[in-house]
Amino acid sequence: MSPVPLHYYLVVSTLIFFIGMLGVLTRRNVIIILMSIELMLNAVNINFVAFSYYLNSLRGQIFVFFVMTVAAAEAAVGLAVIVYLFRNKNTVNDDEFSLMRG
Amino acid sequence: MEGWLWLIPVLPLGASIVTMIWGKQRIREKSHWLPCIGVGLSFILSVVTCFEVWNGGTLRQVIYAWISSGDFQVNLALQVDPLTAIMIVVVSGVSFLIHIYSIGYMHGDEGYHRFFSYISLFTFSMLMLVMSANFLLLYVFWEAVGLCSYLLIGHWYYKKSAADAGKKAFIVNRVGDFGFGLGVLLLFTTFGTLDYQTIFSRGGEFVGKSFTVFGMDLDVLTLAGILLFTGAMGKSAQFPLHVWLPDAMEGPTPVSALIHAATMVTAGVYLVARCHPLYNLAPSALVTVAIIGGFTALFAASIGLVQNDIKRVLAYSTVSQLGYMFMALGAGAYVGAIFHLVTHAFFKALLFLASGSVIHALGGEQDMRKMGGLKDKIPWTYGTFVVGALALAGVPPLAGFWSKDEILVETFKAGYYALWILGSATAFMTAFYIFRLIFMTFHGDFRGKPAEAHGEEPVPPLHESPSVMLYPLGILAVLSILAGLILGWPPEHGFIHRFLAPTFLGAAPRQIAAPLSEAAGGHAGMPVHAAGEGTFGFMIFSTLLGAAGILTAWIFYVRRPEAPVKLAQTYRSTYELLLNKYWMDELYDVLFVNPTKRLANFLWQDFDNRVIDGFVNGIAHGVELGGRGLRHLQSGYLQQYALSMVIGVAVIVSIYLLVM
Repeated sequence: MSPVPLHYYLVVSTLIFFIGMLGVLTRRNVIIILMSIELMLNAVNINFVAFSYYLNSLRGQIFVFFVMTVAAAEAAVGLAVIVYLFRNKNTVNDDEFSLMRG
Repeated sequence: MEGWLWLIPVLPLGASIVTMIWGKQRIREKSHWLPCIGVGLSFILSVVTCFEVWNGGTLRQVIYAWISSGDFQVNLALQVDPLTAIMIVVVSGVSFLIHIYSIGYMHGDEGYHRFFSYISLFTFSMLMLVMSANFLLLYVFWEAVGLCSYLLIGHWYYKKSAADAGKKAFIVNRVGDFGFGLGVLLLFTTFGTLDYQTIFSRGGEFVGKSFTVFGMDLDVLTLAGILLFTGAMGKSAQFPLHVWLPDAMEGPTPVSALIHAATMVTAGVYLVARCHPLYNLAPSALVTVAIIGGFTALFAASIGLVQNDIKRVLAYSTVSQLGYMFMALGAGAYVGAIFHLVTHAFFKALLFLASGSVIHALGGEQDMRKMGGLKDKIPWTYGTFVVGALALAGVPPLAGFWSKDEILVETFKAGYYALWILGSATAFMTAFYIFRLIFMTFHGDFRGKPAEAHGEEPVPPLHESPSVMLYPLGILAVLSILAGLILGWPPEHGFIHRFLAPTFLGAAPRQIAAPLSEAAGGHAGMPVHAAGEGTFGFMIFSTLLGAAGILTAWIFYVRRPEAPVKLAQTYRSTYELLLNKYWMDELYDVLFVNPTKRLANFLWQDFDNRVIDGFVNGIAHGVELGGRGLRHLQSGYLQQYALSMVIGVAVIVSIYLLVM
């Protein structure tokens, strides 16, 4: 099979990234926002791996490990925070969390 | 003695300060002790200095090197020469008598301690004024006496008329002081120093030099003389800056006696006399002085003819007599002017204090139309009042005759015939108005309302004043009788002439230089003529003028009291003109006071309130609007923050791409 050109992977990665960003900026449910963040992180992972293959370097893949670790830890902490938020405000609608309103 | 000169002014100052600080606690009734003692000691020391400067010496004391800037040096320095010696004796002496008098007059006043503190402060300022050795110090204390005048006129500050009068006095004074300040500055730029000794000795170098201002070349010495004289016009209430003095009668009578008769108003006369070396070199300035003096004398006397308030008559009389003094100075009769200053201080203070006694007896009434028939009720007051009146009218052998006669003679001899006529007419009017006052107040029937209320308090029965008020009256009466003889006999060669001769060395302007005058028996600077020659005729004439004035007043106010009323009806417009002081206050209101008030109001409401406050408030408002807009950036809404971050990144990347 002919190899898949690099830019295919990059486009996919970018699209997924922007979908994730859209989710972060637009969605009301904080859990969905968390999921969108995960999406963004994974999009970046695809990017790294693609470059790793096409530059014949292992660096990209190693970095993916780091990113995944961080993503996991962040998801854990983020969900814990959300649980507390819910216990306080009884909602996961981010409109309600505007205590820092100036 | 030189080392102790500073005590003369400082003793009253110390008394003033202590009385002010502890006056309220210290039971007010005793507040008079320190000031009286302070001024009394000051008087004794002043008399001592007279002995020391007898032969024309000058005592000097430098207290402090005040300004020292390169070549320019101004020191806190005192000097006493014969002229100053006479001034300090008169100032401290009359001040002392008035301090004593005030113990009785101001008894029970709630500002008792404040009063004594202020009159002591005034005495200090006046003494420093005449003892200053340079123009800057003079200016400082010139203002200081003006301040004290303001404080004392407005002693009863809660009375609007008194507060207004104090303001008027100070403000009109400041108008004159503007000219005075310019004069001092001119002297500084011309001579480079403000020291009396230096300026007076070097005056001759600047004769004919001119000073360019606004494209005009003016003779320096004449300009300086006139500018300094405007200050004298303000302080000594000469036309047209006389308007504050009658209003100043709002102050307590001792204040009127001390400040507005005997001392402060004479500061202008002192100034011209002190600067005589400069004035001798600027004849046009002297002519101006003489003319304004002579005119003011007649002008004020004419107003005094018809006034109904006892103190106002005396106030206009003071303005008029000061006019005499300036007329004398302008004619070169420096000694005559100072002589009249001294005698006037005595009899005018006497007249004011006696009028205070009358007012005190009547429980505050000052309108002569409500007086009458008091001579048997308050005999001591009456007696001393008559003495003062005779002195003022120039009846020999009382004091006023000798000094006033000398002025008239000198004016005539100097060739100012027109002024001599004015002066003589004024003398007639003077005798008339003062005896009109006497007859209206003390003779005839009592025209007032006896025990009727001034408000709610019943008026105390008519009684003579306490002795503490009568003793000063008595002393001043004796002085009014004798001072003229002691100081001024024989005419032109009396004690005062010999005492002051060394100070006024140097030919008077219209005298041909008289190096041989000493040999001829005259004195340098004095007109050369044998005493008594021709002057006897003048003396007779002066006496006749005085007698005629008294007689006319007798006819008008004792014999035929309906005559003045009819005269006033017949010449209604003239009467109104005089009664309303030639409408000068109204004129000033239209010309100066109201426009200034309007300008001040405009600046306050339209400019200060709207523009400046608007500007400041506007800035605050702008900040608030900005804040309101920016507030939206802080919604607390997380996703909005995230969005702004994204937008930021997008912008940066676009710029980066575009630039690359």
